[in-house]
This record gives sequence, structure tokens and C-alpha cells, in this order.
Amino acid sequence: MKDTTGYLDMELLRFSTAGSVDDGKSTLIGRLLYDSKSIFEDQLQAVKEASKRLGGGEEVNLALLTDGLRAEREQGITIDVAYRYFATPKRKFIIADTPGHIEYTRNMVTGASTADVAIILIDARNGIIEQSKRHSYIASLLQIPNVIVAVNKMDLVDFSETVYNDIKKEYEEIAAVLKLKNVIFIPISARDGDNVVDASKKTPWYQGETLLHLLETLPVRKDETKLPSRFPVQYIIRPHSDEFHDYRGYAGRISGGSFKVGDEVVILPSKTESKITAIDEGNKSLDEAFTPQSVTIRLADNVDISRGDIIVRKSETRPTVSANVSLLVCWLNHRPLNEGGKYIIRHATEETRAIIKDVHFKVNINTLENILDDKTVKMNDIAHISIKTLKPLKYDSYGENRITGSLVLIDENTFETVGAGMIVHNLEDETYTI
Amino acid sequence: MSNYKLTHLKELESESIFIMREVAAQFEKPALLFSGGKDSIVMAYLAYKAFYPAAIPFPFVHIDTGHNFEETITYRDELVKLLGAELIVGSVEESIETGRAVEEKGFSASRNKLQTVTLLDTLEKYKFDAALGGARRDEEKARAKERFFSHRDEFGQWDPKNQRPELWNIFNGKKQLGEHFRVFPISNWTEMDIWQYILQENIPLPSLYYTHEREVFERDGIIYAALDAIPRRESEKVEVKRVRCRTIGDITCTGLTLSSADSLEDIIGEIASSRVTERGGRSDDKRSEAAMEDRKKAGYF
Repeated sequence: MKDTTGYLDMELLRFSTAGSVDDGKSTLIGRLLYDSKSIFEDQLQAVKEASKRLGGGEEVNLALLTDGLRAEREQGITIDVAYRYFATPKRKFIIADTPGHIEYTRNMVTGASTADVAIILIDARNGIIEQSKRHSYIASLLQIPNVIVAVNKMDLVDFSETVYNDIKKEYEEIAAVLKLKNVIFIPISARDGDNVVDASKKTPWYQGETLLHLLETLPVRKDETKLPSRFPVQYIIRPHSDEFHDYRGYAGRISGGSFKVGDEVVILPSKTESKITAIDEGNKSLDEAFTPQSVTIRLADNVDISRGDIIVRKSETRPTVSANVSLLVCWLNHRPLNEGGKYIIRHATEETRAIIKDVHFKVNINTLENILDDKTVKMNDIAHISIKTLKPLKYDSYGENRITGSLVLIDENTFETVGAGMIVHNLEDETYTI
Repeated sequence: MSNYKLTHLKELESESIFIMREVAAQFEKPALLFSGGKDSIVMAYLAYKAFYPAAIPFPFVHIDTGHNFEETITYRDELVKLLGAELIVGSVEESIETGRAVEEKGFSASRNKLQTVTLLDTLEKYKFDAALGGARRDEEKARAKERFFSHRDEFGQWDPKNQRPELWNIFNGKKQLGEHFRVFPISNWTEMDIWQYILQENIPLPSLYYTHEREVFERDGIIYAALDAIPRRESEKVEVKRVRCRTIGDITCTGLTLSSADSLEDIIGEIASSRVTERGGRSDDKRSEAAMEDRKKAGYF
């Protein structure tokens, strides 16, 4: 019998990777998978064959491990967010690999929306380019807690400390402007593996950690459990069976803080008060549950609660309940945002409709300046807008809570997800720099 | 003071349960696709947990190729009874008889591809608007790009270049009449996570997953069960070996692994040291480099 207990007690870290075309993003992921032995022989064999067929000769193109769709392999680009998995004895990792080219900003926002860490790749030969700034802006906009700047292709600049330091210095200025939270720099060569898993002998001037070691030790987002408690009601469980005749449970995923049996709670928007009598997880009952657990809460009183309502602890800061919402939106669709138009809104477990009241300004995410004279919000644009919803939302700002502070806009006719919104109370109060 | 630390398995479980509840809340008539394999077994237990003590609010749908291991069917029927679920069976045999599907010929003939016809017909017949599937993104490179809520047009097809962006934990299941969704709650699980979860939750599995003696034969480096469903060439001789299934599908495309693992701990140890993916034993994926992508576009699981 083998010891498997260690495997059952790992933490999960989600990170996103962003880079420009040819920054070696896919190669880096291939390298992480390969060096952590998460690549299997049959996958490697398929990649070897494909490398040869696509004219790469005998050299194995690790990028082919991640580029899954036919068109991607043929064009040598990444089209969509690809999710990759690997584990070390310490952690399990989920990578959202997002394409770097300009027209796919929407995918980067998508991939970054759940990330604990963003890895931004910079080609050592080219230094910081507009796309690096764009990626950094998105990391700032989505408030990713940790940013790792991987200066890649160090082998092509002879592992020069000066090149690395110049890039670092320039990036630190950008990071300061963007108020990025925790920025860490690493010189690497994804192709050859320098400082990815093992420390490189070619960078004796670099005293920091390897990329993998960093990923294994960076703190996983724990702040969520310290936030004011939030429980968006997702589904009502009523068994209608003889055995559980009077059972009425509110199912959902805790989206901030924690809840205990006995807690005095308030249900929003009705402001009805009650007390938690049980927290169920499957057929087990818990004394306490916390973010991001999916549980079923039972209350002392038979109150009128439906999907979309939010349960919060009575003693804690409550979310804003209002139909007027101000947000930064990243536009995701070919059809531009229609000022004055109506959209379906999904916020936590709530669905309602909204009208776009105002487009205040767009952001030029290359120069980070506000654009006031052109208010046409097109695909990949970021804009500050105001909406009025049919039903009031119960929201926090995105800076306070990623779940109750975010929403999506859905086209009323095509039902496509067209906008990603991050709620702001007051732009000056937020960490955003715009 | 509590230690608010969630293990990766608890976090994955929580995410999957959240998605199953979203499906129950957002769709009128969902169904859970049940193949009898370990992934769909985990799905069945997650569904049970998500709605307990209420009954699972959607039926299980099994697309039966008629080429199943006997143990799979026995296990399926017992599980359905245990969890109190409803079972609907879509028969590939019937699709062939009615001329909806045409059986492949030759030694490597498989009914795997024909399942798509039966699956789409079954979804249509019962007017299911969401089909929960146990596919994982780590299984195959085309699956790595699929959303949790995967939109299908009125022909049941997947358009990988035009997928809806999926942000935070907001899932958009809105659709036009005639369209449906495939939903994959265990997208973020790996093969290892599945086995660890089965161990942690003490989930009983079909005996096929553990080592057993069986008459087998070898073709193109893959070991198959020597059963009538797979016609053999004269040169392919039958031997008795100790094997187990790493995945379970249709007999004709399920490769067996030489193994002496007779406990979950052994299986986990075996997978941890394995150098071949579980789909490496699936002949359906070896047909071409983009085999899975092509089948998925046509409406496969």
C-alpha cells in the first residue's frame, strides 16, 4: 500500500499566463508541464511527430502541447483560453493560458478573472512593449493579487544582467502607476528551462527563486474568508418527501467570509432577519463554513427567499442595495456597446435587465489615458459606464469582493456574453489609476 | 480561531456542485450523461450531494452502444437505485436498426462515433436543453479549450472559435429555441483528482477498474478484451492476462492496462508513476491528431 495521504491535502493555485505573440508563453507552459513530469509519453510522441511535420525538425516544440485546435497548430498561434493542469507534491495548479495578440484581450480578461497569480512574459530582446502594458493593465483591472514578470529568452541576450535590470527598472515604474500589488521578477529561458524548475547556472547574479518554487509558495488567496460574509442564494432545496417533509434549505456558494450555526443573518433585498439553524454539505452537517464552499443553509424562520437574494451576517458591513451601478466594463463582442440600450445582467445568482445610462470615458490601455471624445465602446475596449437595473442589485465594489463586485452583460437578442463589468463605488477611492 | 483552508479536492467539489446547481436553476430540462465510467460515477455522486436531501432533479441518460462490459450495466442499475435517480437509455443498436446510423465495417470498426447520432436523437426526443457531461479539460487538447457551459447550435454542433467568454463564476445558459448546452462540472479535475476523490469519499467502483484475469489480445500496442464485439484477425492470438481498465467506454475502443492494482491506493500509485495518458489507450483518439476536435464539433460528448 502506498502513502496517498499527502495527495489529499494539497492546495489549489490558479494562475494565468499572458504574453505577446512569440514571447514563448506556450513554451513556458510546456516547460512547466514537462519538467514537473506532467507530460506523458504519448503526448510527447504526438508533439514530436507534429513538430517534425510542421517543419521544426528534430527539436521538440513544447508550444504544441498547449495549442489544441487545428487552426492554432497550423498558424502557430493560440486562439482561445486553454486550461492546463499540473501538480507538484505541494500544490495542484490550474493554468489559464491566454493568447497575447491584440484582438484577444477578451480572452485575457476571461483567463485572469479567477487567477491568484498572473505571469507576464516579456521577451528580453524586445523589452517592454505596448502589449506588456496592456497585460499589466488587465492584471491591475482584475486585481490579481500577485504578478510574476518573467523576462524570457534570456539565452538570446547572453543571460545579460544589464538587459534584465533595465527591463526590471522600466517595469517597476509601470507597476507603480498601475498599483500592482505584489510584483516579482525572474530571468528565465522557457526553451531551455533556466530558472523555471531548477536554478540556472547561467544567471549567477540572480539570487531569487525559480518560477516553480514561487508558484509553490506564494500565498493562495485567503483574504476572502476575512471579508464581510456573503451568501448569494442559488437554489432552494425542498425534498417533498415524507422523511424530510419540513426541510427547506438555501443552496449556494459562500462568496465572502464565513457563516456559523447560530449566526444572526439578514436577507437582502427584503432586509428580513433570521438565524442560521443548520449548515449542510451533502448529508453532513457543519458547524461553520467559509468561502468558497458550496453548502445549504437552513434558517429558523420560514421566510420568503428566492434565487438571487443574498444572505449576510447581521453584524457585518452590508452590500449596497441599489439599481444604479457604476462600473468599468471590458467589451467582449464584435457589436459595440449600445449607449441607451438594454441588456440582460447577471450578477452573482441574480438575473435582471439594465439600461446603459452613460458612457463616461474609455481607457486607452496602451497609454493609460482616458479617452473623452470617442465613446464608441468596441470589442476589447475598457470603459467606465453607469447602468440602471430593473431590480436593485446587492453589490460590493470589485475591489472589495471579486464575486459580488462583478457582473456580465448579455445581449438580449443573441444571448451572447458581451461585457464583463467590475463594479466601482467611486473611481478615486479605488485602486484603479484611471 | 478556525483554519480556513480548503484542500484542492474540497475546492473542486465545491465548484462542481455550484455548477450542477446552476444547471438545475437555469435550465428547464437538464439530463446527466452517464457512461458508467469513473468520471460519470463521480458526477453522479456530486449530483447526489448537490441536492441532498432532495432527489437529483434530472435523469441520468446512458447512450448504450450495445458493446458494453456486462459489469458496467449491472453497476449502472445498482447505482441508479442507490441514488434514487431516474434512468433513460438511448440505444445505438436501435439507431442502426432504424437506419439513423450506419455501422462501421472492418476489424477496427467501432460504435463510438455512432453514439453522436443516438445522443443527439435522445436529447431531441426528450427535449433536454442541457446535458451534463463528465469530460475533463486535462483529457485531451481540444477539451482544454471548452467552457463549463458549452453552447451547441440547433444541429448540436460546437463552434470552438465562437465560444462565449466565461468570467468569474458567472455562467450564461441563455439560448435560442432548439439550441442546447453541454455542461461540464468536472472540467477542472484531473485523472488524479478523480481517483483521490473516489478514495476520499469511499465510492464503490465497477470491478473492471481493479485487476482481474481476462482473455485479451494485442493490436497496435493496445490490449483489448477478447470479446465478440471486436472481430480479430487470425494473427491476433488470445492470451489470459492480469489487466484492469483505466477508462471504461465501449468495448471496441477501451484499451486495458496490464496491472496488479487491487486497491484504490494501488491505482493511485500506478497513475502517479504512469508515463502514458489514460486516453493513450483509447483507439478513437488515435485516428488523427484532431480526432477529438472533429468529433466534438459534430456533437460528440
